[in-house]
Amino acid sequence: MTEEGLKPRKDLLDIESLDLEEIEFLLKTAGPFKELFSRSVKKVPALRGKTVLTLFYEPSTRTRTSFEIAANRLSADVTNFGVSTSSVVKGESILDTVDTLQAMRTDYIVIRHGDSGIPGLVAKHTRASVLNAGDGYHAHPTQALLDAFTLREVYPESAGKRVLIVGDILHSRVARSTSIILNKLGVEVSVLGPGSLVPPARHTFMHAFTNWGDALDWQPHVVYLLRVQLERQQEQFFPSLSEYHGVYGLTNRRVEILRQKGIYLMHPGPVNRGVEIADDAMKYERSLINQQVENGIAVRMAALYWLRPGTDERGGDS
Amino acid sequence: MNQPELTQECVLDEAGISGKIRELASSILEACRDDPPAAFIGIYTRGVTLAQRIQEALKEPWPDMQLGTLDISLYRDDLDNLGSTPVLRHTDIPFDIEGARIILFDEVIFTGRTIRAALHELIDFGRPSRIELAVLVDRGNRELPIQPDYVALTLDTTMREYVKVRFQENDDKEGVFLLRDSSK
Repeated sequence: MTEEGLKPRKDLLDIESLDLEEIEFLLKTAGPFKELFSRSVKKVPALRGKTVLTLFYEPSTRTRTSFEIAANRLSADVTNFGVSTSSVVKGESILDTVDTLQAMRTDYIVIRHGDSGIPGLVAKHTRASVLNAGDGYHAHPTQALLDAFTLREVYPESAGKRVLIVGDILHSRVARSTSIILNKLGVEVSVLGPGSLVPPARHTFMHAFTNWGDALDWQPHVVYLLRVQLERQQEQFFPSLSEYHGVYGLTNRRVEILRQKGIYLMHPGPVNRGVEIADDAMKYERSLINQQVENGIAVRMAALYWLRPGTDERGGDS
Repeated sequence: MNQPELTQECVLDEAGISGKIRELASSILEACRDDPPAAFIGIYTRGVTLAQRIQEALKEPWPDMQLGTLDISLYRDDLDNLGSTPVLRHTDIPFDIEGARIILFDEVIFTGRTIRAALHELIDFGRPSRIELAVLVDRGNRELPIQPDYVALTLDTTMREYVKVRFQENDDKEGVFLLRDSSK
Protein backbone atom coordinates (compact mmCIF):
# COMPACT_ATOMS: atom_id res chain seq x y z
CA MET A 1 0.00 0.00 0.00
CA THR A 2 1.47 3.32 -1.01
CA GLU A 3 0.31 6.68 0.28
CA GLU A 4 -1.92 6.83 -2.78
CA GLY A 5 -3.45 3.39 -2.93
CA LEU A 6 -3.34 -0.36 -3.38
CA LYS A 7 -3.37 -2.45 -6.53
CA PRO A 8 -6.84 -3.93 -6.97
CA ARG A 9 -7.70 -7.60 -7.41
CA LYS A 10 -10.41 -9.00 -9.61
CA ASP A 11 -12.12 -11.31 -7.11
CA LEU A 12 -12.68 -11.80 -3.40
CA LEU A 13 -12.99 -15.54 -2.92
CA ASP A 14 -11.53 -16.27 0.50
CA ILE A 15 -9.37 -14.84 3.26
CA GLU A 16 -6.40 -17.18 2.76
CA SER A 17 -5.38 -15.58 -0.52
CA LEU A 18 -5.41 -12.03 0.85
CA ASP A 19 -2.15 -10.75 2.20
CA LEU A 20 -2.00 -8.67 5.36
CA GLU A 21 -1.59 -5.44 3.40
CA GLU A 22 -4.81 -6.13 1.49
CA ILE A 23 -6.72 -6.99 4.67
CA GLU A 24 -5.48 -3.82 6.35
CA PHE A 25 -6.46 -1.78 3.29
CA LEU A 26 -10.01 -3.19 3.33
CA LEU A 27 -10.40 -2.61 7.09
CA LYS A 28 -9.01 0.90 6.80
CA THR A 29 -11.23 1.72 3.82
CA ALA A 30 -14.38 0.47 5.57
CA GLY A 31 -14.03 3.26 8.17
CA PRO A 32 -14.76 6.20 5.84
CA PHE A 33 -17.61 4.19 4.29
CA LYS A 34 -19.19 3.70 7.70
CA GLU A 35 -19.01 7.46 8.30
CA LEU A 36 -21.20 7.93 5.23
CA PHE A 37 -24.10 6.26 7.01
CA SER A 38 -24.59 9.21 9.34
CA ARG A 39 -24.79 11.74 6.49
CA SER A 40 -28.10 12.79 5.02
CA VAL A 41 -26.90 11.65 1.58
CA LYS A 42 -25.52 8.16 2.23
CA LYS A 43 -24.52 7.59 -1.34
CA VAL A 44 -21.29 8.20 -3.27
CA PRO A 45 -20.83 7.93 -7.04
CA ALA A 46 -17.80 5.59 -7.05
CA LEU A 47 -19.56 2.73 -8.94
CA ARG A 48 -21.95 4.83 -10.98
CA GLY A 49 -23.02 3.00 -14.11
CA LYS A 50 -21.69 -0.37 -12.90
CA THR A 51 -23.89 -3.42 -12.57
CA VAL A 52 -23.85 -5.68 -9.52
CA LEU A 53 -25.68 -8.96 -9.69
CA THR A 54 -26.53 -11.12 -6.70
CA LEU A 55 -26.74 -14.83 -7.37
CA PHE A 56 -27.82 -16.79 -4.29
CA TYR A 57 -28.18 -20.55 -4.57
CA GLU A 58 -28.78 -20.73 -0.83
CA PRO A 59 -31.34 -18.51 0.85
CA SER A 60 -29.91 -15.58 2.79
CA THR A 61 -31.94 -12.44 3.07
CA ARG A 62 -29.51 -10.70 5.38
CA THR A 63 -26.26 -11.14 3.47
CA ARG A 64 -27.94 -10.45 0.14
CA THR A 65 -29.60 -7.29 1.46
CA SER A 66 -26.33 -6.14 2.98
CA PHE A 67 -24.56 -6.50 -0.38
CA GLU A 68 -27.46 -4.77 -2.13
CA ILE A 69 -27.35 -1.79 0.23
CA ALA A 70 -23.55 -1.64 -0.12
CA ALA A 71 -23.81 -1.59 -3.93
CA ASN A 72 -26.64 0.95 -3.85
CA ARG A 73 -24.65 3.30 -1.64
CA LEU A 74 -21.84 3.16 -4.20
CA SER A 75 -24.40 4.14 -6.88
CA ALA A 76 -24.18 0.82 -8.74
CA ASP A 77 -27.24 -0.74 -10.32
CA VAL A 78 -28.13 -3.89 -8.43
CA THR A 79 -30.16 -6.80 -9.66
CA ASN A 80 -30.97 -10.04 -7.96
CA PHE A 81 -30.77 -13.00 -10.31
CA GLY A 82 -33.63 -14.96 -8.80
CA VAL A 83 -32.14 -18.41 -8.74
CA SER A 84 -35.12 -20.43 -7.63
CA THR A 85 -37.37 -18.82 -10.23
CA SER A 86 -34.89 -18.91 -13.09
CA SER A 87 -33.89 -21.69 -15.40
CA VAL A 88 -31.48 -22.99 -12.77
CA VAL A 89 -34.31 -25.15 -11.56
CA LYS A 90 -34.67 -26.31 -15.17
CA GLY A 91 -31.18 -27.70 -14.99
CA GLU A 92 -29.11 -24.91 -16.51
CA SER A 93 -25.52 -25.42 -15.46
CA ILE A 94 -23.80 -22.74 -13.42
CA LEU A 95 -21.38 -21.95 -16.21
CA ASP A 96 -24.26 -21.46 -18.65
CA THR A 97 -25.72 -19.03 -16.16
CA VAL A 98 -22.37 -17.27 -15.96
CA ASP A 99 -22.26 -16.97 -19.75
CA THR A 100 -25.67 -15.38 -19.61
CA LEU A 101 -24.54 -12.91 -16.97
CA GLN A 102 -21.46 -12.15 -19.04
CA ALA A 103 -23.68 -11.37 -22.01
CA MET A 104 -25.63 -9.02 -19.75
CA ARG A 105 -22.37 -7.11 -19.13
CA THR A 106 -22.43 -7.60 -15.40
CA ASP A 107 -19.45 -5.96 -13.67
CA TYR A 108 -19.69 -7.64 -10.25
CA ILE A 109 -21.23 -10.99 -9.29
CA VAL A 110 -22.03 -11.69 -5.65
CA ILE A 111 -22.50 -15.41 -5.28
CA ARG A 112 -23.52 -17.81 -2.53
CA HIS A 113 -23.58 -21.53 -3.13
CA GLY A 114 -23.93 -24.65 -1.04
CA ASP A 115 -20.88 -26.26 -2.64
CA SER A 116 -17.35 -25.20 -1.79
CA GLY A 117 -15.36 -23.77 -4.67
CA ILE A 118 -18.22 -22.68 -6.93
CA PRO A 119 -17.40 -18.93 -6.65
CA GLY A 120 -13.82 -19.73 -7.66
CA LEU A 121 -15.04 -21.69 -10.65
CA VAL A 122 -17.33 -18.84 -11.67
CA ALA A 123 -14.49 -16.34 -11.27
CA LYS A 124 -12.36 -18.25 -13.78
CA HIS A 125 -15.08 -17.99 -16.40
CA THR A 126 -16.01 -14.35 -16.27
CA ARG A 127 -14.48 -10.93 -16.63
CA ALA A 128 -16.75 -9.75 -13.83
CA SER A 129 -15.39 -9.40 -10.33
CA VAL A 130 -16.70 -12.25 -8.19
CA LEU A 131 -17.43 -11.78 -4.50
CA ASN A 132 -17.93 -14.94 -2.50
CA ALA A 133 -20.90 -14.50 -0.17
CA GLY A 134 -20.44 -17.96 1.30
CA ASP A 135 -19.65 -21.32 -0.33
CA GLY A 136 -20.28 -24.64 1.40
CA TYR A 137 -18.00 -25.16 4.37
CA HIS A 138 -15.25 -23.22 2.64
CA ALA A 139 -15.31 -19.46 3.07
CA HIS A 140 -17.28 -16.33 3.84
CA PRO A 141 -14.69 -13.59 3.40
CA THR A 142 -16.89 -10.51 3.86
CA GLN A 143 -18.21 -11.95 7.14
CA ALA A 144 -14.61 -12.39 8.29
CA LEU A 145 -13.79 -8.80 7.30
CA LEU A 146 -16.79 -7.39 9.14
CA ASP A 147 -15.92 -9.45 12.22
CA ALA A 148 -12.36 -8.16 12.20
CA PHE A 149 -13.55 -4.60 11.64
CA THR A 150 -16.02 -4.90 14.54
CA LEU A 151 -13.33 -6.31 16.84
CA ARG A 152 -11.04 -3.40 15.91
CA GLU A 153 -13.77 -0.93 16.87
CA VAL A 154 -13.69 -2.14 20.47
CA TYR A 155 -10.01 -3.15 20.48
CA PRO A 156 -8.08 -0.94 18.03
CA GLU A 157 -4.95 -2.85 18.99
CA SER A 158 -6.40 -6.24 18.19
CA ALA A 159 -3.16 -8.23 18.26
CA GLY A 160 -2.92 -10.40 21.35
CA LYS A 161 -6.67 -10.31 22.08
CA ARG A 162 -8.52 -13.59 22.55
CA VAL A 163 -11.67 -14.69 20.75
CA LEU A 164 -13.65 -17.79 21.73
CA ILE A 165 -15.78 -19.19 18.90
CA VAL A 166 -18.67 -21.30 20.19
CA GLY A 167 -20.82 -23.80 18.32
CA ASP A 168 -20.75 -25.96 15.22
CA ILE A 169 -17.18 -25.33 14.11
CA LEU A 170 -17.15 -28.31 11.77
CA HIS A 171 -19.82 -27.01 9.39
CA SER A 172 -19.09 -23.33 9.69
CA ARG A 173 -17.48 -21.33 6.92
CA VAL A 174 -17.83 -18.36 9.25
CA ALA A 175 -15.67 -20.06 11.88
CA ARG A 176 -13.17 -20.92 9.18
CA SER A 177 -12.86 -17.52 7.49
CA THR A 178 -13.12 -15.53 10.71
CA SER A 179 -10.50 -17.58 12.54
CA ILE A 180 -8.15 -17.21 9.57
CA ILE A 181 -8.47 -13.43 9.43
CA LEU A 182 -8.14 -13.13 13.21
CA ASN A 183 -4.99 -15.22 13.07
CA LYS A 184 -3.54 -13.02 10.36
CA LEU A 185 -4.21 -10.01 12.60
CA GLY A 186 -2.47 -11.65 15.54
CA VAL A 187 -5.66 -12.41 17.47
CA GLU A 188 -5.72 -15.69 19.40
CA VAL A 189 -8.66 -17.97 18.63
CA SER A 190 -10.01 -20.96 20.54
CA VAL A 191 -13.19 -22.92 19.99
CA LEU A 192 -15.87 -24.46 22.18
CA GLY A 193 -18.50 -26.95 21.07
CA PRO A 194 -19.75 -30.51 21.16
CA GLY A 195 -16.99 -32.98 20.36
CA SER A 196 -18.93 -34.06 17.29
CA LEU A 197 -18.95 -30.49 15.90
CA VAL A 198 -15.39 -29.45 16.69
CA PRO A 199 -12.74 -30.67 14.28
CA PRO A 200 -9.41 -31.89 15.61
CA ALA A 201 -7.16 -28.93 16.45
CA ARG A 202 -6.35 -26.81 13.43
CA HIS A 203 -3.41 -24.50 13.25
CA THR A 204 -5.84 -21.57 13.46
CA PHE A 205 -7.19 -22.68 16.86
CA MET A 206 -5.16 -22.56 20.04
CA HIS A 207 -7.50 -24.76 22.05
CA ALA A 208 -10.61 -26.83 21.44
CA PHE A 209 -12.70 -26.69 24.62
CA THR A 210 -15.68 -28.88 25.38
CA ASN A 211 -17.07 -26.95 28.35
CA TRP A 212 -17.67 -23.32 29.24
CA GLY A 213 -15.71 -23.48 32.49
CA ASP A 214 -12.41 -24.32 30.79
CA ALA A 215 -13.14 -21.93 27.94
CA LEU A 216 -13.77 -18.96 30.24
CA ASP A 217 -10.66 -19.80 32.27
CA TRP A 218 -8.77 -19.06 29.06
CA GLN A 219 -9.99 -15.45 29.58
CA PRO A 220 -11.36 -14.49 26.17
CA HIS A 221 -12.05 -10.84 25.33
CA VAL A 222 -14.84 -11.76 22.92
CA VAL A 223 -17.26 -14.68 22.79
CA TYR A 224 -18.34 -15.34 19.22
CA LEU A 225 -21.46 -17.51 19.05
CA LEU A 226 -22.16 -19.36 15.83
CA ARG A 227 -25.67 -19.99 14.65
CA VAL A 228 -26.83 -23.57 15.12
CA GLN A 229 -27.60 -24.44 11.53
CA LEU A 230 -30.90 -26.18 12.05
CA GLU A 231 -31.14 -26.95 8.33
CA ARG A 232 -27.85 -28.86 8.43
CA GLN A 233 -28.84 -30.84 11.47
CA GLN A 234 -30.28 -33.87 9.70
CA GLU A 235 -27.41 -35.90 10.99
CA GLN A 236 -27.70 -36.04 14.75
CA PHE A 237 -24.68 -34.19 16.08
CA PHE A 238 -26.27 -33.55 19.45
CA PRO A 239 -29.36 -35.01 21.13
CA SER A 240 -31.70 -32.00 21.25
CA LEU A 241 -31.81 -28.25 20.92
CA SER A 242 -32.68 -27.73 24.56
CA GLU A 243 -29.78 -29.89 25.61
CA TYR A 244 -27.52 -27.89 23.28
CA HIS A 245 -28.70 -24.69 24.92
CA GLY A 246 -28.03 -26.01 28.41
CA VAL A 247 -24.55 -27.29 27.65
CA TYR A 248 -23.16 -24.93 24.95
CA GLY A 249 -25.66 -22.08 24.64
CA LEU A 250 -25.25 -18.63 26.12
CA THR A 251 -27.68 -19.03 29.00
CA ASN A 252 -28.74 -16.17 31.26
CA ARG A 253 -26.34 -17.45 33.88
CA ARG A 254 -23.44 -17.38 31.42
CA VAL A 255 -24.37 -13.88 30.24
CA GLU A 256 -23.98 -12.81 33.86
CA ILE A 257 -20.42 -14.22 33.84
CA LEU A 258 -19.67 -12.37 30.60
CA ARG A 259 -21.00 -9.17 32.17
CA GLN A 260 -18.82 -9.56 35.26
CA LYS A 261 -15.74 -10.18 33.15
CA GLY A 262 -16.55 -7.42 30.60
CA ILE A 263 -16.49 -9.86 27.66
CA TYR A 264 -17.95 -8.70 24.34
CA LEU A 265 -20.46 -10.81 22.41
CA MET A 266 -20.60 -11.39 18.66
CA HIS A 267 -22.84 -13.51 16.42
CA PRO A 268 -23.06 -13.61 12.60
CA GLY A 269 -26.90 -13.72 12.66
CA PRO A 270 -29.63 -14.62 12.33
CA VAL A 271 -29.86 -15.88 15.91
CA ASN A 272 -31.86 -18.86 17.10
CA ARG A 273 -33.26 -17.55 20.36
CA GLY A 274 -33.36 -20.20 23.01
CA VAL A 275 -30.80 -22.35 21.17
CA GLU A 276 -27.35 -20.80 21.00
CA ILE A 277 -28.47 -17.71 22.88
CA ALA A 278 -31.04 -17.03 25.63
CA ASP A 279 -33.74 -14.47 24.93
CA ASP A 280 -32.51 -12.02 27.55
CA ALA A 281 -28.92 -12.28 26.33
CA MET A 282 -30.01 -10.39 23.22
CA LYS A 283 -30.16 -7.27 25.40
CA TYR A 284 -26.63 -7.71 26.75
CA GLU A 285 -24.97 -4.28 26.74
CA ARG A 286 -21.68 -5.57 25.37
CA SER A 287 -23.36 -7.28 22.45
CA LEU A 288 -21.82 -6.18 19.15
CA ILE A 289 -24.39 -8.02 17.04
CA ASN A 290 -26.14 -4.94 15.63
CA GLN A 291 -22.79 -3.25 15.06
CA GLN A 292 -21.76 -6.30 13.01
CA VAL A 293 -24.77 -5.81 10.75
CA GLU A 294 -23.95 -2.15 10.15
CA ASN A 295 -20.27 -2.88 9.65
CA GLY A 296 -21.18 -5.58 7.12
CA ILE A 297 -22.41 -2.90 4.74
CA ALA A 298 -19.25 -0.82 5.22
CA VAL A 299 -16.80 -3.68 4.54
CA ARG A 300 -18.82 -4.83 1.52
CA MET A 301 -18.61 -1.28 0.16
CA ALA A 302 -14.86 -1.39 0.74
CA ALA A 303 -14.62 -4.71 -1.12
CA LEU A 304 -16.69 -3.52 -4.10
CA TYR A 305 -14.66 -0.30 -4.20
CA TRP A 306 -11.33 -2.13 -4.17
CA LEU A 307 -12.04 -4.93 -6.66
CA ARG A 308 -11.71 -4.18 -10.34
CA PRO A 309 -13.45 -6.28 -13.02
CA GLY A 310 -11.21 -7.87 -15.63
CA THR A 311 -7.96 -6.81 -14.00
CA ASP A 312 -6.49 -9.90 -12.44
CA GLU A 313 -4.20 -12.49 -13.97
CA ARG A 314 -6.34 -15.05 -12.17
CA GLY A 315 -9.34 -13.76 -14.03
CA GLY A 316 -9.50 -16.43 -16.70
CA ASP A 317 -10.72 -15.30 -20.09
CA SER A 318 -10.38 -11.56 -19.66
CA MET B 1 8.32 1.34 -17.73
CA ASN B 2 11.32 3.64 -17.41
CA GLN B 3 11.13 6.55 -15.03
CA PRO B 4 11.06 9.71 -17.11
CA GLU B 5 14.04 12.02 -16.80
CA LEU B 6 12.86 14.90 -14.68
CA THR B 7 14.58 18.19 -14.11
CA GLN B 8 13.45 20.16 -11.11
CA GLU B 9 13.29 23.89 -10.61
CA CYS B 10 12.36 25.53 -7.31
CA VAL B 11 9.80 28.22 -8.07
CA LEU B 12 9.10 29.23 -4.47
CA ASP B 13 11.17 28.50 -1.38
CA GLU B 14 10.01 28.43 2.23
CA ALA B 15 10.07 32.20 2.62
CA GLY B 16 8.35 32.58 -0.74
CA ILE B 17 5.51 30.29 0.36
CA SER B 18 5.05 32.21 3.65
CA GLY B 19 4.79 35.46 1.72
CA LYS B 20 2.27 33.99 -0.72
CA ILE B 21 0.17 32.57 2.15
CA ARG B 22 0.03 36.03 3.74
CA GLU B 23 -1.04 37.57 0.43
CA LEU B 24 -3.68 34.89 -0.08
CA ALA B 25 -5.00 35.44 3.46
CA SER B 26 -5.27 39.20 2.99
CA SER B 27 -7.03 38.92 -0.34
CA ILE B 28 -9.57 36.55 1.23
CA LEU B 29 -10.02 38.91 4.18
CA GLU B 30 -10.41 41.88 1.87
CA ALA B 31 -13.03 40.18 -0.31
CA CYS B 32 -15.02 38.77 2.61
CA ARG B 33 -14.87 41.66 5.06
CA ASP B 34 -18.60 42.37 4.91
CA ASP B 35 -19.68 38.73 4.68
CA PRO B 36 -17.17 36.43 6.36
CA PRO B 37 -17.16 32.77 5.31
CA ALA B 38 -18.64 30.20 7.72
CA ALA B 39 -15.94 27.62 7.05
CA PHE B 40 -12.77 26.67 5.22
CA ILE B 41 -12.73 23.24 3.64
CA GLY B 42 -9.46 21.69 2.49
CA ILE B 43 -9.11 18.96 -0.14
CA TYR B 44 -6.78 16.14 0.88
CA THR B 45 -3.83 16.10 1.24
CA ARG B 46 -2.20 19.50 0.85
CA GLY B 47 -5.40 21.49 0.43
CA VAL B 48 -6.06 20.63 4.07
CA THR B 49 -2.66 22.01 5.05
CA LEU B 50 -3.26 25.16 3.02
CA ALA B 51 -6.66 25.68 4.69
CA GLN B 52 -5.06 25.24 8.13
CA ARG B 53 -2.37 27.78 7.34
CA ILE B 54 -4.87 30.36 6.10
CA GLN B 55 -7.02 29.72 9.17
CA GLU B 56 -3.94 30.37 11.31
CA ALA B 57 -3.07 33.53 9.36
CA LEU B 58 -6.61 34.88 9.83
CA LYS B 59 -7.18 33.86 13.42
CA GLU B 60 -7.22 37.45 14.61
CA PRO B 61 -10.09 38.74 12.50
CA TRP B 62 -11.83 35.32 12.44
CA PRO B 63 -10.99 33.44 15.65
CA ASP B 64 -13.80 30.89 15.27
CA MET B 65 -13.31 29.87 11.65
CA GLN B 66 -14.46 26.25 11.21
CA LEU B 67 -12.31 23.80 9.29
CA GLY B 68 -13.49 20.83 7.26
CA THR B 69 -11.69 18.20 5.18
CA LEU B 70 -12.72 16.56 1.95
CA ASP B 71 -11.48 13.32 0.38
CA ILE B 72 -12.70 13.32 -3.21
CA SER B 73 -11.59 9.76 -4.15
CA LEU B 74 -15.13 8.38 -4.33
CA TYR B 75 -16.16 11.22 -6.63
CA ARG B 76 -13.30 10.93 -9.14
CA ASP B 77 -14.20 10.41 -12.77
CA ASP B 78 -11.15 8.27 -13.47
CA LEU B 79 -11.40 5.49 -10.86
CA ASP B 80 -11.59 2.88 -13.63
CA ASN B 81 -8.27 3.97 -15.09
CA LEU B 82 -6.16 4.19 -11.96
CA GLY B 83 -3.43 1.64 -11.40
CA SER B 84 -4.34 1.38 -7.75
CA THR B 85 -7.45 1.90 -5.65
CA PRO B 86 -7.01 5.13 -3.68
CA VAL B 87 -6.70 5.03 0.10
CA LEU B 88 -9.68 6.88 1.58
CA ARG B 89 -9.15 9.61 4.15
CA HIS B 90 -11.76 10.93 6.54
CA THR B 91 -14.03 13.49 4.99
CA ASP B 92 -14.93 15.53 8.03
CA ILE B 93 -17.43 18.35 7.80
CA PRO B 94 -18.63 18.71 11.40
CA PHE B 95 -20.90 21.69 10.73
CA ASP B 96 -23.97 22.49 8.67
CA ILE B 97 -23.06 23.91 5.27
CA GLU B 98 -26.67 24.70 4.35
CA GLY B 99 -26.87 28.38 3.40
CA ALA B 100 -23.23 28.97 4.41
CA ARG B 101 -20.46 30.76 2.56
CA ILE B 102 -17.68 28.22 2.09
CA ILE B 103 -14.13 28.61 0.83
CA LEU B 104 -12.60 25.50 -0.66
CA PHE B 105 -8.81 25.05 -0.65
CA ASP B 106 -6.47 23.05 -2.84
CA GLU B 107 -2.74 23.53 -3.31
CA VAL B 108 -2.77 23.45 -7.12
CA ILE B 109 -5.48 23.82 -9.73
CA PHE B 110 -4.72 22.09 -13.01
CA THR B 111 -7.43 20.37 -15.12
CA GLY B 112 -10.22 21.37 -12.73
CA ARG B 113 -11.39 17.77 -12.33
CA THR B 114 -10.50 17.56 -8.65
CA ILE B 115 -12.56 20.69 -7.99
CA ARG B 116 -15.46 19.29 -10.02
CA ALA B 117 -15.40 16.20 -7.78
CA ALA B 118 -15.11 18.33 -4.63
CA LEU B 119 -18.11 20.46 -5.61
CA HIS B 120 -20.16 17.35 -6.26
CA GLU B 121 -19.22 15.90 -2.88
CA LEU B 122 -19.78 19.15 -1.01
CA ILE B 123 -23.25 19.55 -2.47
CA ASP B 124 -24.14 16.10 -1.09
CA PHE B 125 -23.73 17.67 2.36
CA GLY B 126 -26.17 20.49 1.71
CA ARG B 127 -26.67 23.66 -0.28
CA PRO B 128 -24.15 26.36 0.62
CA SER B 129 -25.11 29.93 -0.24
CA ARG B 130 -21.80 30.30 -2.02
CA ILE B 131 -18.68 28.22 -2.66
CA GLU B 132 -15.39 29.90 -3.57
CA LEU B 133 -12.04 28.40 -4.41
CA ALA B 134 -8.60 29.39 -3.11
CA VAL B 135 -5.38 27.84 -4.43
CA LEU B 136 -1.70 28.37 -3.89
CA VAL B 137 -0.82 27.72 -7.54
CA ASP B 138 -2.87 27.98 -10.72
CA ARG B 139 -0.91 26.12 -13.37
CA GLY B 140 -3.49 26.52 -16.18
CA ASN B 141 -4.39 23.77 -18.68
CA ARG B 142 -8.00 23.53 -17.56
CA GLU B 143 -10.20 20.78 -18.98
CA LEU B 144 -13.37 22.06 -17.32
CA PRO B 145 -14.87 25.55 -17.00
CA ILE B 146 -13.80 26.03 -13.37
CA GLN B 147 -11.76 29.03 -12.14
CA PRO B 148 -10.36 29.87 -8.72
CA ASP B 149 -11.44 33.01 -6.84
CA TYR B 150 -8.19 33.45 -4.91
CA VAL B 151 -4.80 32.58 -6.42
CA ALA B 152 -1.40 33.13 -4.80
CA LEU B 153 0.76 32.24 -7.78
CA THR B 154 0.03 31.73 -11.47
CA LEU B 155 2.41 29.53 -13.46
CA ASP B 156 2.35 29.18 -17.19
CA THR B 157 2.96 25.48 -17.74
CA THR B 158 2.68 22.85 -20.44
CA MET B 159 1.17 19.37 -20.13
CA ARG B 160 4.73 17.97 -19.99
CA GLU B 161 5.48 19.79 -16.77
CA TYR B 162 4.47 18.90 -13.22
CA VAL B 163 3.93 21.29 -10.34
CA LYS B 164 4.65 19.89 -6.89
CA VAL B 165 3.82 21.80 -3.74
CA ARG B 166 5.65 20.47 -0.71
CA PHE B 167 4.62 21.42 2.82
CA GLN B 168 6.60 20.75 5.97
CA GLU B 169 3.55 19.10 7.62
CA ASN B 170 3.13 16.57 4.82
CA ASP B 171 6.51 16.22 3.20
CA ASP B 172 9.20 17.30 5.67
CA LYS B 173 10.23 19.98 3.22
CA GLU B 174 8.85 23.22 1.93
CA GLY B 175 8.67 24.65 -1.58
CA VAL B 176 6.92 24.85 -4.92
CA PHE B 177 8.74 22.90 -7.62
CA LEU B 178 8.37 22.77 -11.37
CA LEU B 179 9.33 19.39 -12.78
CA ARG B 180 10.02 19.00 -16.48
CA ASP B 181 10.23 15.79 -18.44
CA SER B 182 13.39 16.45 -20.43
CA SER B 183 13.21 13.19 -22.41
CA LYS B 184 10.24 14.39 -24.47
